[in-house]
Amino acid sequence: MATPRVRRSAAALGSTVLATALLLTACSSGSGSKDSADGKVTITVDLFGTFGFKEAGLYDEYMKLHPNVTIKQTDTQDEGQYWQALQTKLAGGGGLADIQGLEVGRVASVVQKQADKFTDLKTLGIGDVNDDLVDWKGAAIKTADGKVLGAGTDIGPEAICYRTDLFKAAGLPTDRAELAEKWSTWQGYLDLGKQYAAKAEAGNAWTDSAAGMFTAEVGQQKVRYSDEAGKPVYDSSPAVKTAWADSTALVADGLSAKLAQWTPEWNKAFSTGKFATLSCPAWMIGYIKGQAGDAGSGKWDIAPGPGKTGNWGGSYLTIPRTAKHPKEAAELIKWLNAKEQQATLFTKQGSFPSSTGAQAAIKDVTDPYFNNAPIGQIFSESAKAMPAQVLGTEDGVIGKAFTDALGEVERTNTAPDTAWKHALDNVKKADGN
Amino acid sequence: MALSSTARLPAAKPAKRPGGLRRRLAPYGFLAPFFGLFAAFGLFPLLYTAWVSLHRVELQTSDRMDWLGFQNYTRLLSDPFFWNALRNTFTIGVLSTVPQLLMALGLAHLLNYKLRGRTFFRVAMLMPYATSVAAATLVFAQLFGRDYGLINWVLSSIGVNPVDWQADTWASQFGVSAIVTWRWTGYNALIYLAGMQSIPGELYESAAVDGASRWQQFRHVTIPGLRPTIVFTVVVSTIGATQLFGEPLLYEGNSGGGISHQYQTLGLYLYEQGWTFFHLGRAAAVAWVMFLLIVLLALLNAAIAARRNRTDR
Repeated sequence: MATPRVRRSAAALGSTVLATALLLTACSSGSGSKDSADGKVTITVDLFGTFGFKEAGLYDEYMKLHPNVTIKQTDTQDEGQYWQALQTKLAGGGGLADIQGLEVGRVASVVQKQADKFTDLKTLGIGDVNDDLVDWKGAAIKTADGKVLGAGTDIGPEAICYRTDLFKAAGLPTDRAELAEKWSTWQGYLDLGKQYAAKAEAGNAWTDSAAGMFTAEVGQQKVRYSDEAGKPVYDSSPAVKTAWADSTALVADGLSAKLAQWTPEWNKAFSTGKFATLSCPAWMIGYIKGQAGDAGSGKWDIAPGPGKTGNWGGSYLTIPRTAKHPKEAAELIKWLNAKEQQATLFTKQGSFPSSTGAQAAIKDVTDPYFNNAPIGQIFSESAKAMPAQVLGTEDGVIGKAFTDALGEVERTNTAPDTAWKHALDNVKKADGN
Repeated sequence: MALSSTARLPAAKPAKRPGGLRRRLAPYGFLAPFFGLFAAFGLFPLLYTAWVSLHRVELQTSDRMDWLGFQNYTRLLSDPFFWNALRNTFTIGVLSTVPQLLMALGLAHLLNYKLRGRTFFRVAMLMPYATSVAAATLVFAQLFGRDYGLINWVLSSIGVNPVDWQADTWASQFGVSAIVTWRWTGYNALIYLAGMQSIPGELYESAAVDGASRWQQFRHVTIPGLRPTIVFTVVVSTIGATQLFGEPLLYEGNSGGGISHQYQTLGLYLYEQGWTFFHLGRAAAVAWVMFLLIVLLALLNAAIAARRNRTDR
């Protein structure tokens, strides 16, 4: 093993990391945030995607209000990678921040398997932080014995974002109400896509990926991958089957730009106009602004999507057991989640509040970046009709298996039936039994 | 250093009785740090991994271990994804190792001539090796990008259809192999160069006197003289190829080795089991299978080398 050619000996790596991970569960070494003696505190925050706290100026405001506090944020774009890292750190007990973000698809797994690794927010005096939220959001992060493991931040009501310039060029209407009417169903969305494709320039696809459409469509149903009893139903659930049929039809009609979401190629495509529409949960607004930049301002617009509802994603903030400054972290979370801050976050970044108080306050918000679209109204109506989604422990893994399989259909010409089997195989491979 | 100082001892002082014992123990003392570290960081994890591989252990509840016996291994052998990973490891291994060593041999031969700025070329050879896997892979992933990558841009400018270097099976394996080849060719070339310089110059002179061309010299003097070096690089490259991990992991940022696992190597398969699906027991079983596989390959290499040596004599 000491040969110079061995770069990262996977076997040695596997075994050492494994052993250390297992041995370290008992010990805990904090995240290494250093505080000076004069009462200054550094709160570390570790997130994925774009939460937007920083971009909306909330950290700066908080630090102004609390001069002794410094907030340090780290960010992983891909939630899948973030989750892996989080699990490794949780098992080792080290390297965790004071505040860790959590995606809604992972919540059931944390609540059922890892409740002891997170601080019960009740013990920090902010047990009521979810009381103002839509019901299912607060309920999902509560354990059977009543512990509150996290604070709900945003939810992901769905709409469709589209490029008015590309629509005009292809002779499609750009009026929101008219479009919402035309794509009131997914079939209508596909039909309009065909009209677009007939006239659009080559290389400007109708939408970014089959995965985006699939995830949005599946998110419109109450039962997706698991039923209320926690039994996996992903292979028979009508929600999954219909979404699969529609998104493979999208590929067959040549309407997808065949991009893998969250990759560098996808990010670049935001500014080059490679696709004309995008399934848009509210938080995607912040993502688009980040990727398309100032040059995209005024080109984008947003309209209610098929079914006019659905939920895709949304997050929580948690405090791991090993946090260095749980008290200060709890104060920060309470402040960030207060309805005023949730409303600011929506106005500046588009992350839709799960606080009902904030929802009432943002009804009239419009966004100049999106041609002054009434985003407050569009997302509020979508959120109003949103189903209380049933969350399973393996939702994240199952979702990835299906979107990977759709990638095979669009990028390697795999037959949809074969890819469907691959998706089921992939879920089975992840199974612990 | 340790060796030379002990070797010099007897010359400096004639041996005395008590010193005799100390002298006999001294080498063990000098070797102890290595073996101490090896026991702590090599042997213990290896054995502990074996123990873990016989249990069901989940990362999310890693304090619990349920005895399974050899179930992790039998499951592994009946898992088509394991065989897929094994096959990919082999094809990527061949795709990267063979051209890499051939190119290294050629480059070493060229560098062995008297060249102006020889040191520059030799240092340049080593640059890719000094680059981190992550940096190299990220740059290559950009080059191989489907829509905005340089390689597809060049291809399209000469009228070739763009290739999906990440989703297509062979193209993606070629892409990963290219990174490996780029990083290790120079390194192996320098090893070959060192080997070539130990071949006595008279052999070349007499070959030249006999009228052998450069190519004949290369075939009949250089290659046989390099045989032990070649065997060494083949063994080490085989081990490296079996453990290939960083390049495919970062190639697309997908621990599954692509959307249809088309370039998932054994190392990635291990990582996916352990750190995507959190089945540490199963990951440990994969680690052991890989270890045994490497031992087997090393023995096979040694046997072939020994056999060739015997037929030579």
